[in-house]
Amino acid sequence: MNSNSLVSIDDISRDEIVDLLKQARYFEMHPDQKILDGKVVATLFFEPSTRTRLSFETAVNRLGGRVIGFSDASTTSSSKGETLKDTIKMVSNYVDLIIMRHHLEGAARYATEVTDTPVINAGDGAHQHPSQTMLDLYSIYKTQGTLQNLSITMVGDLKYGRTVHSLLMAMRYFNPTFHFIACEELQMPKEYKDFCDKYNIRYYEHRDFTPEVINQSDILYMTRVQRERFTDIMEYERVKNLYTLRSDMLEGARKNMRVLHPLPRVNEIAYDVDDSPHAYYFEQARNGLYARQAIICKALGIDIPKMEITL
Amino acid sequence: MKADKKELAVAALRCGTVIDHVPNDVLFKAVKILGIENIKSHVTIGNNLSSKRLGSKGIIKVADVEFAEDVINRIALIAPHAKINIIRDFDVVEKRYVTLPDEIVGIVRCDNPKCITNNEPMRTRFSVIDRDNLTIRCHYCGRTVKSEDAIID
Ligand SMILES: [Zn+2]
Repeated sequence: MNSNSLVSIDDISRDEIVDLLKQARYFEMHPDQKILDGKVVATLFFEPSTRTRLSFETAVNRLGGRVIGFSDASTTSSSKGETLKDTIKMVSNYVDLIIMRHHLEGAARYATEVTDTPVINAGDGAHQHPSQTMLDLYSIYKTQGTLQNLSITMVGDLKYGRTVHSLLMAMRYFNPTFHFIACEELQMPKEYKDFCDKYNIRYYEHRDFTPEVINQSDILYMTRVQRERFTDIMEYERVKNLYTLRSDMLEGARKNMRVLHPLPRVNEIAYDVDDSPHAYYFEQARNGLYARQAIICKALGIDIPKMEITL
Repeated sequence: MKADKKELAVAALRCGTVIDHVPNDVLFKAVKILGIENIKSHVTIGNNLSSKRLGSKGIIKVADVEFAEDVINRIALIAPHAKINIIRDFDVVEKRYVTLPDEIVGIVRCDNPKCITNNEPMRTRFSVIDRDNLTIRCHYCGRTVKSEDAIID
């Protein structure tokens, strides 16, 4: 067990989150450095995710480290029945840091228990994906100049969307107001509404995706509504276009309002939104690089200058 | 005559442990959790016995065995009001109640099929997150379950 590991956004404190944001800011100003000279990092993607893997590998490369690993478990010994424990123990002999993605929930937590090498969770099934949360927080901070007292509207699949759950939990330190917009089948689960109650976070639930809600938001966090989430296909057909954002819905939006999306999108954001000054989802992905550089250095115990940011 | 039959159902124990006030529906789960199947001394298991407090109850008597506290506490998960009597020479020398530990290692199976614990040769770990409602949470995948619904391995 290495205490620098990052498995869940819930494992780190408000101060640690703020420090990571300050360091992400530093890396945005100085993305190329030889901080990881001589370090070898493993990216173990038991489940493929090109987007996340490229982001992490770019982060390591830009800091002068080297990467080994695999991008698909079907080419590795785990497809021959090797346990996760054995794979992690074997790789631990070679590297300074393990970045892993796995289709099973809790896989990263278990990995931290079988090795002393630090582990970063790059997604474990529908469970946790803390670097996504950090890049979301950094994007919100950058676009709003603060994380405090914001009105955040979450749209689409609020039942299974792990990004919205993690973001909700991380925002508890910053006095947010939430609006949850989803159809009956994909509502925000009770445990997260209980979480809001516990931390005195205001939230409002809506069925309809209307300009009235958009107009009182600082952040519009869109997610993908996937067909396979529905038990009733007719229900999917009925709602699939109800949670699509079009540019005409943004006419009365606050000037500072920004649209975020964890990507990839399908049809939940119309292409005409891309040209809107409110669209931020492509820049959001780039922020992932800086957030991950900060996370990698924290996991390796490397001290990085913190830029002053006001929250 | 009736009284005699009742006596017989809960025959006296010279030395050992009596686990009383076990709800009927979890009696055999309790037997399993405590590993009583592997005990070689006399074991008496009674179920659906009349009880003033529960209406009906289960009871387990194990001769010549005194369980370690952390072992006996495992049944707090399913029988939080179970009463433990330690018997020596036909006398009850100690009475106590079970207490739920903060963490439960290896007894409960996670009901999430996509949980790592159901796919690796490893022990499960649950933490108690709500003592009043006896709710536990998987340390790995975060799935919560009421302990009465917990799947016992
Ligand atoms: Zn689990």
